[in-house]
Amino acid sequence: MIRFDAVSKNYPNGTTAVDDLSLELAEGGITVLVGPSGCGKTTTLRMVNRMVEPTAGTVSLRGRDIRDVAAPELRRGIGYVIQHAGLFPHRTVLDNIATVPLLLGWGRKKARARAAELLELVGLPAGMAKRYPYQLSGGQQQRVGVARALGADPPVLLMDEPFSAVDPIVRAELQTELIRLQKELRKTIVFVTHDIDEAIKLGDNIAVFRTGGRLAQFDSPERLLADPADDFVAGFVGQDRGIRRLSFVDAAELPLREGRVLSAATPVARARAVDEPWVLVVDGDRRPLGWAAVGGLPDEGTLADAVLAPLGHTFSLAGDSARAALDAALLSPSRLAVGVDAQGKVVGVADAYELSAATSGPEKDGPSTSAAPSGEVGKQGPPVHEAGEKR
Amino acid sequence: MRDGEPLVRWAWIGDHVDELAHYTGVHLRLGLLPVLLGLLISIPLGILCHRWRWAYPPTLTAANILYSIPSLALFMIFVRYTGLTERTVMIPLTLYTLSVLIPNVVDGLAAVPDPVRQAATAMGFSTVRRVVQVELPIAVPVVVAGVRVAAVSSISLVAVGQLIGQGGLGYYITRGLQLDFPTPIITATVLIMLLALVTDALLVLAQRLLTPWARGKGAAA
Repeated sequence: MIRFDAVSKNYPNGTTAVDDLSLELAEGGITVLVGPSGCGKTTTLRMVNRMVEPTAGTVSLRGRDIRDVAAPELRRGIGYVIQHAGLFPHRTVLDNIATVPLLLGWGRKKARARAAELLELVGLPAGMAKRYPYQLSGGQQQRVGVARALGADPPVLLMDEPFSAVDPIVRAELQTELIRLQKELRKTIVFVTHDIDEAIKLGDNIAVFRTGGRLAQFDSPERLLADPADDFVAGFVGQDRGIRRLSFVDAAELPLREGRVLSAATPVARARAVDEPWVLVVDGDRRPLGWAAVGGLPDEGTLADAVLAPLGHTFSLAGDSARAALDAALLSPSRLAVGVDAQGKVVGVADAYELSAATSGPEKDGPSTSAAPSGEVGKQGPPVHEAGEKR
Repeated sequence: MRDGEPLVRWAWIGDHVDELAHYTGVHLRLGLLPVLLGLLISIPLGILCHRWRWAYPPTLTAANILYSIPSLALFMIFVRYTGLTERTVMIPLTLYTLSVLIPNVVDGLAAVPDPVRQAATAMGFSTVRRVVQVELPIAVPVVVAGVRVAAVSSISLVAVGQLIGQGGLGYYITRGLQLDFPTPIITATVLIMLLALVTDALLVLAQRLLTPWARGKGAAA
């Protein structure tokens, strides 16, 4: 789809923004370019729509050298979203979104009709159409920015740190929204960020850049966390990558035990017979009520008579990851995580040890020893093509 | 002033309403056409100065030097080519507006946020289209601020044109001085001030209507 062939960008003052980059980005997926500042990720992004011209190598889009197309024409076919949205302050929300259709000569009526559709698509009320950008919050502006980029339904979307200027709550919302949109639209998205968590959340593939414009690793997020190519990538991915990997394990795959789950009608004596410090008390529909400490149970009666410790949060086997399950275990008074099904009925419980044992693959102690020397990774076949041709 | 002569003889004003209206129209033309012409010159020059920053200091210096030449001297220079016509007054007044308007066009363009310019380029605007459809409209509040200053100063400067017989309402000022008769002097002065104030107010109104998007920023004030 988008292909970089031995691309470099050097500036007259001697700095190298991008150094001999070869990369192939899959069609219909989100590729995240991530790295510290000055690593050339934004330069790489801007070479796709000729905002920056490479000094060496070629960039091609669907097999065609992008230099064969006049820059303005090329750009009208590539959506672009930037950090501060860059909305046109003198145009209404609707006319901002209609920008590219108008440039393409669709005519005002058709362009505005398309813009109204997009406004809805990005989750903004139709009443916002006539407002000006200054009347919008940062998050709303960013949504309009995304809608504007989608104006002429381009197959490719370039996003340059689009969510980094908004507060963390709005950022998380916008990220979720992008994932939802992408499920529907299947665009080829190139997304630049310096935030590895954002990269892992959004990316189908992640290209990690190091200072000096060199590609350090190009892989799926799972592979990046499990097997960083070298110390730089391992350091960049961070100390808690072990825990973050759990995000990619489906909670439905976790082993759960049922023995400690008892209905409120169970006699106290039977709960004692389980011989565990805590039992989970559920109602007739198997909905969780709370934890009963076996040592603190009344002498007789049923579990309904027991004082229950609060449940903490549960995790759902329909949608949550093992990371949520582990978190639930750590926060639970019994140190046991409660797994529920889509209807909220208890399926079983597990402790942190059981959860982690079930999820850990062969994790290496340190950075992979088989990784290529720094800077060579990008040129080699396997990491590039493996990720690029997966689909 | 003669003894017993009042500052304003209202009857004189009543007798001269038609004539005053005529000269007011002439005065407006002499004052505002130069601002319009100045704007037509300043916009392209300002765009060039914004695009090639090295051209800005010499251009601004030239405009300021023009502004520093006394109007009398300029009239005397141009009177040789354009005679005792309105053009001889309007050419210097046009040149005077440049020292206000060019910097305002440049500042207005510089006030276009960089992300906006980048976004426009990335959306596929050609350079010319970007300047005309995005950058200039965003520069309007700053440009209008310059137009207001230029218009007010131009309207009051017109009176000096009376030195070559083309001063709009300035005619009454010299007449009053010659006749030692204050009424026309005061009437003309007040009318010139009113013209300036009304023009300024209309410009503010025009800008409010032109740039509803700027209201939140106080730029329309």
